[in-house]
Amino acid sequence: MGGNGMEITKELTIPRLFVTQCRKYGDRKVAMREKEFGIWIPFTWQDYYDNVKYLSLGMVSLGLKRGDKVAMIGDNRPEGLWAEMAALCAGGVAVWLFQDCMMEEVKYIIDHSDSRFFFGETQEEVDKALSIKDECPKLKTIVWDDPKGMRNYHQEYLISIKRVQELGKALDQKEPDLFEKMVNEGTGDDVCLLFYTSGTTALPKGALLTHWNMLTMGRNLMAVDPCYDTDDFVSYLPFAWIGEQMMSISCGLQIGYTLNFPEEPETAQENIREIGPHVMFAPPRLYEGMTRQVQVKYIDSTWIKRKVYEFATYVGYKAANLRFEKKPVPLGLRFLNWVASITMQKKLKDHLGLSRLRHCYTGGAAMGPDHFRFFHALGVNLKQIYGQTEIAGISIVHRDGDVKFDTVGTPIPETEVKITEEGEIISRSPSVFIGYYKNEEATQKTLVDGWLYSGDRGFIDEDGHLVVFDRSKDVMTLSDGRPFSPQYLETRLKFSPFIGEAWAIGDKREYVTAVMCIDYAVVGKWADDKKLNYTSYMELSQKPEVYDLVQKQIEEANRDLPAVAKIRKFVNLYKVFDADDEELTRTSKLKRAFVENRYKDIVNGLYSGADTVHMDTKITYEDGREQRIKTDLHIQKINV
Amino acid sequence: MVQGGGLKEGETILRIEDVHMYFGKVAALAGVNLNVRKGEIHSIIGPNGAGKTVMMNCINGLYKPQKGEIYFKGERVTHLKPYARAERGISRTFQKLELFGGMSVLDNIRLGRHIHLKSGILAGSVYVGKTRQEEIASRKFIEEEIIDLLEIESIRDKPAHMLPYGLQKRVELGRALALNPELILLDEPLAGLNLEEVEDMARFILDINEEERWKVTCVLVEHDMGVVMDISHRVNVLNFGNQIMDGPPEEVQGNPEVIKAYLGEEDLYSTRR
Repeated sequence: MGGNGMEITKELTIPRLFVTQCRKYGDRKVAMREKEFGIWIPFTWQDYYDNVKYLSLGMVSLGLKRGDKVAMIGDNRPEGLWAEMAALCAGGVAVWLFQDCMMEEVKYIIDHSDSRFFFGETQEEVDKALSIKDECPKLKTIVWDDPKGMRNYHQEYLISIKRVQELGKALDQKEPDLFEKMVNEGTGDDVCLLFYTSGTTALPKGALLTHWNMLTMGRNLMAVDPCYDTDDFVSYLPFAWIGEQMMSISCGLQIGYTLNFPEEPETAQENIREIGPHVMFAPPRLYEGMTRQVQVKYIDSTWIKRKVYEFATYVGYKAANLRFEKKPVPLGLRFLNWVASITMQKKLKDHLGLSRLRHCYTGGAAMGPDHFRFFHALGVNLKQIYGQTEIAGISIVHRDGDVKFDTVGTPIPETEVKITEEGEIISRSPSVFIGYYKNEEATQKTLVDGWLYSGDRGFIDEDGHLVVFDRSKDVMTLSDGRPFSPQYLETRLKFSPFIGEAWAIGDKREYVTAVMCIDYAVVGKWADDKKLNYTSYMELSQKPEVYDLVQKQIEEANRDLPAVAKIRKFVNLYKVFDADDEELTRTSKLKRAFVENRYKDIVNGLYSGADTVHMDTKITYEDGREQRIKTDLHIQKINV
Repeated sequence: MVQGGGLKEGETILRIEDVHMYFGKVAALAGVNLNVRKGEIHSIIGPNGAGKTVMMNCINGLYKPQKGEIYFKGERVTHLKPYARAERGISRTFQKLELFGGMSVLDNIRLGRHIHLKSGILAGSVYVGKTRQEEIASRKFIEEEIIDLLEIESIRDKPAHMLPYGLQKRVELGRALALNPELILLDEPLAGLNLEEVEDMARFILDINEEERWKVTCVLVEHDMGVVMDISHRVNVLNFGNQIMDGPPEEVQGNPEVIKAYLGEEDLYSTRR
């Protein structure tokens, strides 16, 4: 472990670790930074301690008891983490919600978790809480931290974070030892997080994670890839995602690296570049976004720049492929790669904010080999991670120098991974959760004799690497009877910058088809250059020229596929898949069963002789409004 | 700071008396009176060519009316040039965007701060002492009061002409606010915006009008009746240079003359949603 040496025991809790770290670093080291009003504002460990302490005591004076649930929602910001840590210090349990959760989800989670406190960021989150409060009688107090727009809210159960801290200060003066006493209560086996998994099929389930789960997770991950307290980490993915908790709390608190919070979600990419993090963990769509950004800029740049780029990627790919095959890179190629690194790769990495990166992880969904190659050709140490909320983060990771892009790597220390006879991946480690909240049935199905049943199918290859096939229910059977992963097809399709989302269909069917969502910005720009007129996504997606463009991308992806797996027909959808329409989970995974039902007309059309399919449906906006859509979609055939 | 000015809420901040404005023989304004009280959102509506923008131009000094007087906080300003009126706390946005396209968003907004920067060329070139304090205060004001309010952090450094129309409108409002005005003239701030942008803009207008920090009196020229009726305290109806009526939105909506002149038979006053 990177030089900290704090031993993780069953007695240790996150609050106790927090207090120890704050004492150790005091005001000599920056614990977190937030960009606000255009400037990076630092908070030392002492500031962190003070804010958490008073917030925690304030919540106690408002009636928080040990074991109470505290729900939180909002963008990544210091106040969010303070609230979580404050809840833990008072013996509470933290429940995070995704900031774009719709009302129904918020209501379900608040009600199911029995949350008594709700921490929102702005008026928007407060509005969500207010509108469900009557239906969630256990919810007592709503706390906000940004006063913007709050001038007309006077309900007595609404309180600002500042005010809560004032109450905390008052309580501290009365009982100066209370905070320490609270922190020293409890053991590592107590529950600290109640995390709702974004189910691709059913209602979210609340996984109960203990301090021990979280802390061993951090320890075991950092045993593979050490982090240091001089590192910088940018926290910009939702705290409601276990990966972010793993990086910010399990690893961050343990090793004491600096967390950096972007100014706004829209400025995250820019802010990452300013910070230049040493370690990064993000779902594939972020890396896909970066690849797309580079590809689009490449198309737009001048001839000479394109040539330099082509040379550098050619060399980079060659070297990366040799490294993947664990073959030595010849001296000449090494020299050329050095030239490529100076002329292009370094600069590109700087633009993407990857200059100082030691290692970065992708996980949460499948990532295509093309993206993997792309980053390794740039010299970015991108590694696959495999895990789930129920194991407090991850169980498997690639080791440096042993990256295979069709696998997810090997288990981290103290973790066993096996494949059942049915081909299901099961794992056992100190980080495996203790069960689902108020759902005995699901717990019994998932946790058997200490083994966590993932519901994913996979196998272990000759090098001991785990290959995750897919969610068991998502594996499709092709016409010749062989199993096939639609995700693999989709990630290949998504390597094209023109394709935003893709959905491959073909389970027990004669041939494979796809529903495509174009990337509005990229295809829009392409259409502008071609002088094609369009006014909306729907219109653009249905242009014959765009169909031909998409066909080309599919043909490219089809190239290396066996004949039965090649896509024969496709439709351009009139919209992108969206979590608000329940087509994706909040972590952007396609809900296959749902889209299959919703777009059954399209699926039927793809497997009939029809040229068009008529659609009559409705779409939902983020504020809950709905709009009816009536249109005809063209079905295009591809000769393979 | 221009803010305050000694007036209490509800007292007349802007008074227009019998203003006439002719272009050749066309009477753009034929004896219009207007009384805007401090703290209100005062809308001016009317069909195309009713003289709404002409009135805005007269208030901020781009046009000089042939007859009539304009008083701001009791002071006669009819003869003053636009910059002098700006110094007194009148700021505006334009129906057709008047941003400096090649300049960044931040620079456009900074430009609005111009009247508050007192240091000269020499002092400005060395960045010490007072100049420095002035710069820091100005930066703080722009970042904390304007960029944060209008949520334009992510476009700070982008050239204005690269931005979508809706955001340019926002930047224009930002520049007008940089003046720290007491009265702001908003000339069709919602025109050409989509529904979401309209909602945002309406909210910003309410924010600058209600937020303790700003409390800016707004004169709003707008065609979006839904928003006008929702957010205005008072509405003034013009028709071909003549004032038809002046009153609270509910009264205006019920006035048969207004309906005839402007609305036709349709119930255009119903809100957008």
